[in-house]
This record gives sequence, C-alpha cells and structure tokens, in this order.
Amino acid sequence: MAQIVNLTQKTFDETIKTGTVLVDFWADWCGPCRMLAPVLDELSEKLGDKAVFAKVNVDEERELAQRFGVSSIPTVIVFKNGVKKADAIGVKPARAYEQMITD
Amino acid sequence: MFDYDIVVVGGGPAGISAAINLAAKGKSAAICSNNYAESALYKAKRVDNYPGLPGISGAQLLDGMARQVQSFDVKTIRSQVLSVAEIGDGFYISAGSEVFSVKAVILATGVVQTAFYPGETQYLGRGVSYCATCDGMLYRGRKTAVIGLRNDAVEEANQLLEIGCEVVLIMPNDPPEGIKPGVEFLRGRKFAFSGDEVLRTLTVDDENIPVDGVFIVRASVAPDLLMPELSVKDGYIVVNEKMETNIAGVFAAGDCTGRPYQISKASGQGQVAAFSAASYIERK
Repeated sequence: MAQIVNLTQKTFDETIKTGTVLVDFWADWCGPCRMLAPVLDELSEKLGDKAVFAKVNVDEERELAQRFGVSSIPTVIVFKNGVKKADAIGVKPARAYEQMITD
Repeated sequence: MFDYDIVVVGGGPAGISAAINLAAKGKSAAICSNNYAESALYKAKRVDNYPGLPGISGAQLLDGMARQVQSFDVKTIRSQVLSVAEIGDGFYISAGSEVFSVKAVILATGVVQTAFYPGETQYLGRGVSYCATCDGMLYRGRKTAVIGLRNDAVEEANQLLEIGCEVVLIMPNDPPEGIKPGVEFLRGRKFAFSGDEVLRTLTVDDENIPVDGVFIVRASVAPDLLMPELSVKDGYIVVNEKMETNIAGVFAAGDCTGRPYQISKASGQGQVAAFSAASYIERK
C-alpha cells in the first residue's frame, strides 16, 4: 500500500526536490480536510508509482503553511522537481488531483 | 458503512418535504440546515396560496413543518454544508467541523446568491473564506473581518476572537445580540476585495480596511462551490423531471432549481426528489 508521508520543516525540501510530489495541507479540526483524506488515500493507491503523496499539518508546521501562502484548507499543491506546478483549494473530485499529477 | 442513507441539504419546504418522504419510505435521513427562523419565508406575514392553509404565516408554516419532521426519525443537524464530494460508491458531506458519509444527497438549499462581490472568487482561498471553523486558526494574531449576511455570523466572529484573531464584524443592519467585547462592529452593504497575490484590502461601502482574511457568512453556499462538477445554469441547479442532477446520486429540489419560488412547488419537488433518491439507493 502506498504511504502518505507526513512532512515537516526538516523533511519538506528534501522530499519535494525530485519527481512529482502532491502535498495536502490539512489540520485535524477541519471537516473538509477529513473528507479529502480518503480521496487522496484512494488516489495514492492508483498513482503511487507516478507521484509521492505527502501531507503537512498546518497546525504543527505553520512556517510551511505561511511559506506557501496557505490561508484556506484543505490546499493541495503539486510540485515537480521542487517547483510548484499547480494548486487546488477546497475539496475537489479525485479526477482534478489526478490531472494535476499527470499534466 | 454509511452514516445515513441520504442527507438533505436545506431545511425549507423542499428539504422538509424530502426528509418526511424519505422517512416514510424507511430510509435513514438527516437534514443539514441553518436556523430556519433566519429565512425569508419565516418572516412572511401571510401565505395565501398554499392549499388548505389560507392566511397562515411563514413562521407558523415552518414551525409546523419542523414539528412534523421531528415526529419522524430524521436527525436535524444545525450546520451549514460547505462541501459535498463523491467518493467510492457514495458521498462525503462536510458541515461545520463534522463529516458524514451517505449513499445519496438531496440539495434543497433555497434561492442561492448568484453574484459574487468584486474580487471574491479571485481571492477565495487567498484571504477569502466561507468557514471560520476551518480556516480561522490560520489567521491567529492577524486582522480578520466577518461579512455577516445571517445573524448567526456573530458566532463566527466570536469564535475568531477566541482563537486569537483581531475581528471586525460587518453587517447590513443593526448589530444583533451576543457580540463579545473585543469584536468591533461596523455597518456596511457594499463589499469589494483587492490585493496582490493575496488579499490585502476589504472595501466596505467607500472605506478601505486593511485585512489578512475575510470570512463571508451567507444563507447558502453557491451550488457549484458545494460540488464543482454539478451542472448549474444561471445560478440554478439543472434537474430533470425526476429531480436528478447530472451527478448520479445527487438530486435537487425547490428554489435552488429555479423559479417560481413557491412553497407548493418546493414541497412537491422535495417529494419527487425523495422518491427518486429512495429508488436510486434501492437499485444500487
């Protein structure tokens, strides 16, 4: 089973440096974030060989949230070789995230 | 396992009628809605064209509907639905800080606002939010405004204050009761948003207020924001005669499907939506 990696300030840059990485900025007090989690779990099963699936708890990692201007959660950002390629704010259908990865 | 067979989003005549008919068909149902006493219908002094109850007030009618739905096994959840997402063979619904899983959804959200404020969609998620519960924590120690188009916006403003935000509550009329000391109140009717990559300024009537975040509390969330893939035309949810939308398992009824905005039409559509939704989950 594909794992969703929990990123911190220490591991973030190293993780996004190469390949395609989808990062979900979330918090446990956010209802829509809890709704998105199973969507990304399912997608990580399907696309685990194309992208790394990761998440950032904005409560614990406020600097990371601020660095990427996250002001509404859930926010999902896709990085390719360390560069931000696409973002999506709010819960979107699985297809939308899939497209962000494959585009 | 699902939390409910069907969740009805909206507690007006269409939603109540849908919920009653679902319960009568033995389906487990819940209604998610704001306080119905805030609705325009509740304030109507007389309703003269609802069959059998000439001259009844909107308040009497809605109170009666609320009592009727309580007599069935329908759970009422007093929370605004923010998002509906398709997952697997059902849907997840987020309302406030709660999340429910269901087999089908009936949208009965009422007349929806179609016009956004200037700059609103541009800064949505970049300073503009519809959910203080979700995003308030990201604004701790920063300057926020709440645009209150419902009286219970006071709760959102108080909550932001408790989190540690600086808060100004802006409403079109006199301040309602219950505002905590520390929340500034301002009267305003016209709003616009501006900034650079992120929101910087909220314009209220002709006054510019520097802000980090603005929370808009409306009667309902626009249907295509609830479900981005929902087919919407001129702000109304597109339905067929069975009250099916373009998404299998999602039905709609009442004013959110278009004019006329009438109680009999809404309750009739609510019933059709309930029957269609019930047969949809039986077929699955």
